Amino acid sequence: MADAVCRVLRDGALEGEHATSLTINDSVSSPFGPTVFDYLFTQLSSFISSSKSQSRGIVLVTFSRSPSFTAELLKNRGFDITKSHEWLRVLDCYTDPLGWKERLRDRGVIKAPVTEASVNVSVCKDVRNLDDLFSQILALGKGLVGDGKNRFSVAIDSLTEMIRHTSLSSVACLLSNLRSYAQVSSIFWLLHSDLHDMKAIAAFEYMSSMVANVKPLTSENTDKFYLLEQSYKRGQFHASLKRRNGRVRIMREEFSIENSLIKFTSMETGANAVAQSLVPKVQFNLQLSDKERSDRAKVVLPFEHQETEKSVQIYDGRKSDLHEINGVPFDNLKKNEDSGRGEIIYFRDSDDEMPDSDEDPDDDLDI
Amino acid sequence: MNRPATLLDDALTLDDDEPIQKGRLILVEDCVETSGAFVLHHLIKRFLSSSDNIILFVAFSHPFSHYDRILRKMGCNLAAQRENKRLLFFDMLMLECPADLAFVFNLWMIDDGVEGGLIALYGNIYKAVEVNSSNKNITVMIDDISLLEVAANGSTKDVLNFMHYCHTLTTQFGCTIITVLHEDIYSSGDEFTFPLQMEYLADITIKTEPLITGLAADVHGQLTILDKGTIGRSGSMKGKIHNFRYKIKENNRLF
Repeated sequence: MADAVCRVLRDGALEGEHATSLTINDSVSSPFGPTVFDYLFTQLSSFISSSKSQSRGIVLVTFSRSPSFTAELLKNRGFDITKSHEWLRVLDCYTDPLGWKERLRDRGVIKAPVTEASVNVSVCKDVRNLDDLFSQILALGKGLVGDGKNRFSVAIDSLTEMIRHTSLSSVACLLSNLRSYAQVSSIFWLLHSDLHDMKAIAAFEYMSSMVANVKPLTSENTDKFYLLEQSYKRGQFHASLKRRNGRVRIMREEFSIENSLIKFTSMETGANAVAQSLVPKVQFNLQLSDKERSDRAKVVLPFEHQETEKSVQIYDGRKSDLHEINGVPFDNLKKNEDSGRGEIIYFRDSDDEMPDSDEDPDDDLDI
Repeated sequence: MNRPATLLDDALTLDDDEPIQKGRLILVEDCVETSGAFVLHHLIKRFLSSSDNIILFVAFSHPFSHYDRILRKMGCNLAAQRENKRLLFFDMLMLECPADLAFVFNLWMIDDGVEGGLIALYGNIYKAVEVNSSNKNITVMIDDISLLEVAANGSTKDVLNFMHYCHTLTTQFGCTIITVLHEDIYSSGDEFTFPLQMEYLADITIKTEPLITGLAADVHGQLTILDKGTIGRSGSMKGKIHNFRYKIKENNRLF
């Protein structure tokens, strides 16, 4: 299913459509958002570098990873780093996002860094100026694919960091401008959902044609160590894709982390294994045998959970109500309900009581 | 020199050629019931026992004499290490406010105030790391980040920016940053996101918590080490979790 998400990013947008966009949400209980981001980034890069996608290049905006990390990641995935300048540009918002190093350098406190000048990497020294950031992203993209009809993709590794430096509205504006820019084919970004309120998360999900949620294996409290351990190796990947015809396709998968690779498996095969592994290892048998399972299925539940087609009639103990309720014969009552008209059925406390009586009902108490 | 490795040392692979704590940001999260200071003391002793290591200690919490007394009981002479330049001690308690940082470190900042003070502090940490990292492993310890926030007049944003810049030191120089955060200070209100922000920023989180079952005479608490994993030389990601009990004795720690 993650591969389906990759394919949608690869195929991009039609002429006149907004760019395909994806939000990846994670939380501290399943902090694999960056891992999923890296997977999607490398998959899309693979399509782009082999010219199998709509976009001809990708601009990666990094807030939480250094450019050297990205280079290492691509190398480990088998990419030829020497040719990456043909399809990749990195806008480095990690190294000096607020210009502190530049200020210290200007005052002679620190020396100029001895780093290799890289064709791919541009350093952004003021992430608070989103207009400038937008221009830089476009400039890098056009530098890759040229002006004209060729398109490029954009990946932002932490929208949370961008919002921390600026504001929700300005980041939403930036994303909206990127989405509506003709040369942008697809965009995806990572958001840490537990650092934002529901309004912010909803705002970005509304702007996305796809939403991917990285969740822990179980929603139970992870105080128990073995559950915590499981949540650091595996998790769930929930994705919803908005199709052009308006329908939403929802997919669920499990993922596990093995030797730096993230592997996605379908939920059905994973579910039983998860259930097995979550049962605590104790000396008594907690499993059900087949006979016990069939006996459990035969147990008659209390009437309100029987879910039969008959509507539930609650008998409140008065014989008079068995034959007539509110002047309507009992047999007819059911028909009236079946006809689907609204009915208000009023049970009087006492058959003898006149309506709107002025008598104090406590007058007959003899204490 | 062979020494018995403790569980904590094993969890951080301190004896390996490529220990996992190198070039990482480690967050120690503690609370009132279980103070995480002993983790810092243990790591100070451990790192200073090897001649390849230098510690840059930024102290907001206690003066030098406090750490000297504790480490002396553990068999480590901090005063001697300071004289040998193996321990660089920034005593922040002497300063009244972050703007003093600019004055103390002889920097002229156009804007005073919290950001200027933190930039000055970062500049000096950067200089010290740059000078020493060429032939030694340098570890920066900040005790503690909750008091750093107090010194920054409660400006969480500036503190997070400062910690982000410290994180860039790990990638640029391969140094290790260790800091302590008191989680229970932030248990309500808007500031709840600050521990979460730090957990996202940190590569390894060490949590000291009381036992779920309550107080015990022979166990002071439990340590949980959460390692998000990194891509090592072999390309393998080693995300791991460790959990064990500890007891603090007068001059030792038992894990």
